[in-house]
Amino acid sequence: MTLLRYIPLFPLAGALLNVFVGRWLGRRAAGLLACAAVGLSFVVSFAIFSLLRATEVLREPLFTWMEVAPLKIEIAFQADALTAVMLLIITGIGLLIHIYSLGYMGHDEGMVRYFAYLNLFIFFMSLLVLADNLLLLFVGWEGVGLCSYLLIGFWYQDHANAIAGNKAFIVNRIGDFGFLLGMLLLFWEMGRQGVWSLSVSELQNITHLLRPERVRLITLLLFIGAAGKSAQIPLYVWLPDAMQGPTPVSALIHAATMVTAGVYMTARLSFLFSMTPETLALIAWIGGLTAFFAATIAVAQNDIKRVLAYSTVSQLGYMFLAVGVGAFSVAIFHLFTHAFFKACLFLSSGSVIHALGGEQDMRKMGGLRRYLPTTYTTYLVATLAISGFPLTAGFFSKDQILWAVHSSPAGSTSLWTLAWLTAGLTAFYMFRQFFLVFHGKCRVDEPALAHIHESPPVMRVPLVLLALGSIFAGWLATPEFMWGSLWEGWLEPVFSAGGVANHAASEDEILFMGVTLAISAFGFLLAFLFRSPENKIAEWLSRSAICRLLAGKYYIDELYDFFFVRPFTASARWLAQICDPGLIDGLVNGVAERVRGGSLLGRQLQSGNVQHYLFAFLAGALALLAYFLGR
Amino acid sequence: MAPLNYYLVLSAVIFAIGVAGVIVRRNVIVILMSVELMLNAVNLTFLAFARSFGSMDGQVIVFFVMTVAAAEAVVGLAIIIALFRHRRSLDPREMQLLKW
Amino acid sequence: MTLFIILAVLTVVSSLLVIFQRNVVHSAVALVAALFFIAVLFLTLDAPMIGILQVLVYAGAIMVLFLFVIMLLNPAALEPRQIPWWTLGSAAALLLVFLLMPALLNTVAPRQAAPAGPGFGSPELLGQTLFGSFVLPFEIASVLLLVAIIGAVVLAKKES
Repeated sequence: MTLLRYIPLFPLAGALLNVFVGRWLGRRAAGLLACAAVGLSFVVSFAIFSLLRATEVLREPLFTWMEVAPLKIEIAFQADALTAVMLLIITGIGLLIHIYSLGYMGHDEGMVRYFAYLNLFIFFMSLLVLADNLLLLFVGWEGVGLCSYLLIGFWYQDHANAIAGNKAFIVNRIGDFGFLLGMLLLFWEMGRQGVWSLSVSELQNITHLLRPERVRLITLLLFIGAAGKSAQIPLYVWLPDAMQGPTPVSALIHAATMVTAGVYMTARLSFLFSMTPETLALIAWIGGLTAFFAATIAVAQNDIKRVLAYSTVSQLGYMFLAVGVGAFSVAIFHLFTHAFFKACLFLSSGSVIHALGGEQDMRKMGGLRRYLPTTYTTYLVATLAISGFPLTAGFFSKDQILWAVHSSPAGSTSLWTLAWLTAGLTAFYMFRQFFLVFHGKCRVDEPALAHIHESPPVMRVPLVLLALGSIFAGWLATPEFMWGSLWEGWLEPVFSAGGVANHAASEDEILFMGVTLAISAFGFLLAFLFRSPENKIAEWLSRSAICRLLAGKYYIDELYDFFFVRPFTASARWLAQICDPGLIDGLVNGVAERVRGGSLLGRQLQSGNVQHYLFAFLAGALALLAYFLGR
Repeated sequence: MAPLNYYLVLSAVIFAIGVAGVIVRRNVIVILMSVELMLNAVNLTFLAFARSFGSMDGQVIVFFVMTVAAAEAVVGLAIIIALFRHRRSLDPREMQLLKW
Repeated sequence: MTLFIILAVLTVVSSLLVIFQRNVVHSAVALVAALFFIAVLFLTLDAPMIGILQVLVYAGAIMVLFLFVIMLLNPAALEPRQIPWWTLGSAAALLLVFLLMPALLNTVAPRQAAPAGPGFGSPELLGQTLFGSFVLPFEIASVLLLVAIIGAVVLAKKES
């Protein structure tokens, strides 16, 4: 069976078609073409998913990419349970978002370009998860970065969007550099064992032969790459700015799929990461701190999409926290559920923004429940899911993370506390947003209010489907005292090397659930009490120093600007304005000037007077005569 | 008849006079005439050696040199005429377009 | 011997006049004289045919051509004489004679030639040699002359 190749093939074909003949197809046909391409990929992915029940790993070499003596890199795809899950998320949610985009981008001039980028993204993302070796994975990794850049700056006429695209690209570049270094170091280390390839399966076979201190460095470098792509401290700054792109893009790339590539990568190399407790501890702490840190920022934001962006950073922190305590399958599970409810949240917010004609400031919303009933429902479901309302998807996945942090030998109470507080903060900022947008008095501007409308069905259907997913996706993995976990068994073969079995007494688990629920409920309560902007305490709080600090995002951007960007631009300016014209040009022009001077001198010999030449000729003849006759 | 060496020395002197003429004179016609002088000096040498060795080959060579000299003079004078038409001068210092 | 010395002095003097006369016509006349004296020198070397050709071709044809060109172009002005350049050129020429002298005085060729054989230098013998072993160069020389004629016509023709 050679099915795997079709998954990236369809979106690639769709992208190329849209690029080259899209403008003749017209907007509508181009969009449908893109949807069909992703739809076909989804069908194939589903087939793979079913096939995998029989065999554990599908492998499909296409051709040899490069072969230099011992080194052999193949373009080869492989699929195991982890890949299948990722593929379903990418193509499934991707398909829904494609369909949604038909409505959301329907009036946009650049719709053909938009769908070409979106298909290209699906291509690269599926390449990333299907890749059999790290080099091919890196191709996908860079490719999704490119698509992210292109789509953030999609409305490039606005300078701020172009800047945001650049920022995302450059910050990712820092991470990618770490990833690249880690990959090269890994290649070197594998070469010491005589394995000259970057194939994951071969790596898995020789992992025990690698030197632990080297593996520590390698995993650290790889994690830098993951932190860049998945927006972890200290490289998270690009993700909130990435919200400048169209909202479906934020849902697909900057919430559901691309930003989880880092989590996927660490899970894919779980056998390597499991070798180094030090790196895992670092990942756990970075993840936990990012989760908490981003959640606090989200509390004080007023832009509807920015809240969701920080919430994404926070949830990604959760995933890394799970990775850090060795609970890889839990991390992937949270990735899975998060993809549903975060995509749902983003698309719902997109629906709100669409209804209000582009308004993103929550202070100018409120009371929208009456105008947007479907969006209101889906938003509520997704908000409940992310806040961990019982029996929703987020409830199960978040609980498992907290439980893993507590029960895993790598976890600790302080980490658990951090994650626990984050759960409360999540409930608070999500419901704060929810109340600000849908309840209370309507603060919408007059002209926007006149055009307010519920989204068309093409946008509502994906919303509803995602909302359903936000509820039921979690039921795949329930605690022991319910019907247990399908998930663990499904992903077991992938993580058998590094997974941490953590099945303690279920009474403890119930207790922990209760504690988590309590803080979430507390967060909800606070949000409910402060739901009105006219609330005295809320007003006083919003003017306090701490709130200003949070609204200013801890001034991290300003800090980076001062410590990295400014010195960098200053040194670049120094190089360009002083060093280059002075030193480099001086050297080059100096050499040229000297040569010119020497040539001017030598040119005098060429007087052009034929008699001078004759005289020189005679002198030479005389010298020869003197030499030969004088001997 | 004078010894061979005498003829050779005389020939060398005439040749040197021709060389000096080619180098110092500022008139292309005179330069061409100096070249004729040099050719004649060489002819004298050929004939002296021919006589000395008792071979007719030297005289035949002189015959050819005179042929070539005639051709040279004709073409050279034609070039001078063409040049004069453009430059209105016979000074070789004016003819330095090959510079640079 | 006396004849050679007289002829040698006359040739050198007229040669010097060729390059020291500032007037082109005077130079040309001096050259005619020099060529004539050289023709006489040819006669003393048992080359009567060449000597006659010398007078006919050089003094008769080539020099007339020179004089025609001089007349045609009519360069009225006397050319300037730059002493340093003249000194330099003359010194180089003198040095040339000086360097050649020892070699010329010690030739390996026989100093005093044997009496010439019967008919040496006669037109018959010259013709036999020319059309015997030198017939190919002779024919090529004719081509050369043809090319020279055509070249001269092309070069000197007025541009249309």
